[in-house]
Amino acid sequence: MTPPLVTLPLVEQFQYGLDAPICLTWELTYACNLSCVHCLSSSGRRDPRELTTAECRAVIDELQRMQVFYVNIGGGEPTVRPDFWELVDYATAHHVGVKFSTNGVKIDPAAARRLAGSDYIDVQISLDGATAEVNDAVRGPGSYATALRAMRHLAEAGFRGFKISVVVTRQNVSQLDDFKAIADRFGAQLRLTRLRPSGRGADVWDELHPTAGQQRQLYDWLVAHGEQVLTGDSFFHLAAYGEALPGLNLCGAGRVVCLIDPVGDVYACPFAIHDSFLAGNVRGPGGFAAVWRESELFADLRRPQTGGACHSCSAYDSCRGGCMAAKFFTGLPLNGPDPECVKGHGERALSTVASTSAPRPSGDHSHRSRPVPVSIGARPPAGHGLRPDRACDENPLASFSPGPGG
Amino acid sequence: MSTDTQASGARAGFDLDRPWQLHPQVSVRPERFGALLYHFGTRRLSFLKSPALLTVVSSLGDAPSAREACQSAGVAEAELPAYAAALATLAGSQMICARVSS
Repeated sequence: MTPPLVTLPLVEQFQYGLDAPICLTWELTYACNLSCVHCLSSSGRRDPRELTTAECRAVIDELQRMQVFYVNIGGGEPTVRPDFWELVDYATAHHVGVKFSTNGVKIDPAAARRLAGSDYIDVQISLDGATAEVNDAVRGPGSYATALRAMRHLAEAGFRGFKISVVVTRQNVSQLDDFKAIADRFGAQLRLTRLRPSGRGADVWDELHPTAGQQRQLYDWLVAHGEQVLTGDSFFHLAAYGEALPGLNLCGAGRVVCLIDPVGDVYACPFAIHDSFLAGNVRGPGGFAAVWRESELFADLRRPQTGGACHSCSAYDSCRGGCMAAKFFTGLPLNGPDPECVKGHGERALSTVASTSAPRPSGDHSHRSRPVPVSIGARPPAGHGLRPDRACDENPLASFSPGPGG
Repeated sequence: MSTDTQASGARAGFDLDRPWQLHPQVSVRPERFGALLYHFGTRRLSFLKSPALLTVVSSLGDAPSAREACQSAGVAEAELPAYAAALATLAGSQMICARVSS
């Protein structure tokens, strides 16, 4: 007699963590040809301590043993690593799928043909404006033309369904239809993600993050377009408006996803590059698996959470207090509202936070020619010891369809 | 970090009496609750909610029919409709596919 097909909901299964991540973000290098003002990882210059080719292969071997389905490769600009293609081939040959994010600089016709020929590689081209004017103000001069050229090469090579990845800002939120038109033109799929105050994003968040009115506009647009547009479950804080957006709304940080940075440091999520969210390093004894399975930080993130100040809010079941990283880098307590709380609680909370009290990112690899002011990172205030229900707003299970058996 | 997976197809009827198999592009990872499935072609994630369902899915490729795969896994007659519904969902999202020759 078999047990009936009724068990805990998937969210319950995942909130206590899995023995291995489902997928993870792996930033291969801090080197980048661009200097986007909102870069999550404050990239620009290569770090001399970055993992060698042999060390990267060893990480891939481990991911294969752990049956991690795929890695989201980013940076920096990952394609500027001389061994980029070698590592991609190594990963796919070892049954670790690859999705990588690029500004398109190296996607020439030959690279596009190579990508179109593999079932195990997916590509995301970053674009933050539907016009050169809006895009280049954030990503730098010429970056729009570079991205569009890469898209053309991919389309001409027959790569169907590559992703165009847009960080929604105050400046481009009025261009959503135009982004969709660009994606349709290239046979690509539009992917919208949330601006986070992480990395250099902390410096521009005040000017770039959508206004309350724009958040509503974005929500309505997302509801209208449903599953045609991917979001990585970025916007679950908007679910508090009413109708839930597609996705499971479980923060996967340290539970089912994590970040490996270019020097091998393992963080709970890609938006939280800060010592407070550092679980260990893949160069340590036991490698990545030991960090994933034994880190105290991850064990902590896998314990049941409470809603803190948000718990009594009627929307708490929808938004779960929002994003840990967004709160952390805006200086808000982790057990309180998200800075972009649609009920306005975040704005009120922010008005009581001194602008100097927000923690600074732990590292900075920005190009020196475009200096970004960095202060010595203060330890987070006491309130940061508390954990939110959901540590990350990029759901590894976005638009996931709960499986057989209900 | 998202799978950006898309919703699976509608649950249609499922033919228990024909041969089925795991889609060749699907990777299966056993978990304490059952298993996770990832389809490299559609880039969709799915999961199996019980170890018994994992046994059924794993044995589909060698069984003459889905019904026999269920019976070999010890699925009781009364549970068959629930398993058929689960398999229909997996077929709808291309996690499993009809086997043409056995």
